Amino acid sequence: MSERRRIVPYFLLGPGTIWLLLFFVVPLFYMGYLSLESGVVGSLSFSWNWGNYSDALSLYDTQFVRSFLYAGAATLICLLVSYPLAYTIAFRAGRWRNALLFAVVAPFFTTYLVRTLAWETILSDQSPAVDALRLIGLVPENGHVLATGTAVIAGLTYNFLPFMILPIYASLEQIDERLIEAAKDLYASSREAFVRVTLPLSAPGIVAGTLLTFIPASGDYINAQFLGSAGNQMIGNVIQSLYKTQLDYPAAAALSFVLMALIMTAVIVYIRFAGSEALMGEEAR
Amino acid sequence: MSGAWRWLREHAVNIVAGLVVAYMLIPIAVIFVFSFNDPAGKYNFTWVGFTLSHWSNAFGMPELNSALEASLKLALLATLVSTAIGTLMALALVRHQFHGRRAANLLIVVPMATPEIVMGASLLSFFLILGTPSLGFQTLLIAHVMFCISFVVVVVRSRLIGFDRNLEEAARDLGANPIETFRLVTLPLIMPGILGGGLLAFALSIDDFVISNFNSGTTVTFPLYIYGAAQRGIPVEVNVIAMILFGATVAAMGFTVLQQRRAEKMAAIRPEQEAPPIPIGAAEAA
Repeated sequence: MSERRRIVPYFLLGPGTIWLLLFFVVPLFYMGYLSLESGVVGSLSFSWNWGNYSDALSLYDTQFVRSFLYAGAATLICLLVSYPLAYTIAFRAGRWRNALLFAVVAPFFTTYLVRTLAWETILSDQSPAVDALRLIGLVPENGHVLATGTAVIAGLTYNFLPFMILPIYASLEQIDERLIEAAKDLYASSREAFVRVTLPLSAPGIVAGTLLTFIPASGDYINAQFLGSAGNQMIGNVIQSLYKTQLDYPAAAALSFVLMALIMTAVIVYIRFAGSEALMGEEAR
Repeated sequence: MSGAWRWLREHAVNIVAGLVVAYMLIPIAVIFVFSFNDPAGKYNFTWVGFTLSHWSNAFGMPELNSALEASLKLALLATLVSTAIGTLMALALVRHQFHGRRAANLLIVVPMATPEIVMGASLLSFFLILGTPSLGFQTLLIAHVMFCISFVVVVVRSRLIGFDRNLEEAARDLGANPIETFRLVTLPLIMPGILGGGLLAFALSIDDFVISNFNSGTTVTFPLYIYGAAQRGIPVEVNVIAMILFGATVAAMGFTVLQQRRAEKMAAIRPEQEAPPIPIGAAEAA
């Protein structure tokens, strides 16, 4: 029995592990291989061509920096907007809790492209929303919102907001409210109780939400394509156009690898900081 | 005045929350309203007039229909495969001690932390260098199963962690064999988790654009159709289909929540209450 029990988990893990190794890990290595090739499509050959990396970085450094700036701005706005909502849902919503949670995930139920196109409608020059912004002077008299960096950041913020709200909500919801009461009994003001009890206890949610928002946002190219202009291209736009239209596979692979490496660094730092189980839930008992 | 100010301060958090909710729902409202629009040209960006013609013509566009059909078929298959595979992985991770747990966890987490564009591009590199299979439905299926597995594992796993294993022991004490126990006790109890994971996989698959765009070949899915149509003006029918999908997903969500409540009730049955009408059987699933 014990002998059998020992091999059972490997049988259970088998199919998934093979699938992920074959179609996730191995392709990453293939991409690494491709990124060191030289030549044009049809006559590509492997040659330890590290030049692809330096070329890619020097040619597209603006798009890299812009990606991280846009994704960073969107993540920051998401955080500022999400915390009050998550807090309300966790502590003050009462019987509205499920309705609010539904409102948070509802955008996921509409197609990503369709909701981004809806923002194109909302932010277009003829839209009442932009007229209102002009009226209160936030947008100049004949200024635009669409096809600017602001529109791209707004789109990123909207599309990835649920990824921030849900982890923060999950960590706030787990807080034992008696801890906050105890802080108040010990003469902490509401504000001190929040800063010294609630906020630190919700930190894992903040960290997880930040990563879950920042990672997809920095690799996104849909928002930049539909809501931005040629001057708002992100690194995703470059990779997609190198792969799909210019067929410059080595350069595209090198750029993808750099993006991946930068993001993996962030994840490893996170895992050191919060532990992998924080992302994956508890261990088996 | 100071009263109003105090009210505002006390309710500031709730007011912000209300505004955020409105912000989340505005685009959905826009999609809904513009599904009744009667645009003058081919661009559906400004409101012209009300018409029901696009709702009655929702399935009257052959290209859109075949894209939708491809998406549904793909999502269904990807859901079935990834849910089966993912559930097995979750069972291993929660119920067994084994060497390589950290590595397995890492293998599941890393795909979720990888930008879609990197996954799409690397899979394309893989298929290109390998030269087979040719890009199309089969490569889309491979890709979709790949990015769904991790999410299924996470959802099913969270359900398994809250599982009261005494119920299985009770089944064993009452003489059920391992297979009966699994079928009659374990499976019904973790079903909501499996359904939830499957629903998430379906939603991810049917909505995927980035990875599909790299690996589709000439196959056109619903998001790929929209992307292609965006250049020449998107037909209003796309809004209609988006709203129909929205309604269907909401209904499926509701169903899963009901299932979950039922399972919770079932798990909460205690000896002092009425005996459960289910035959309870024997040993552990493994």
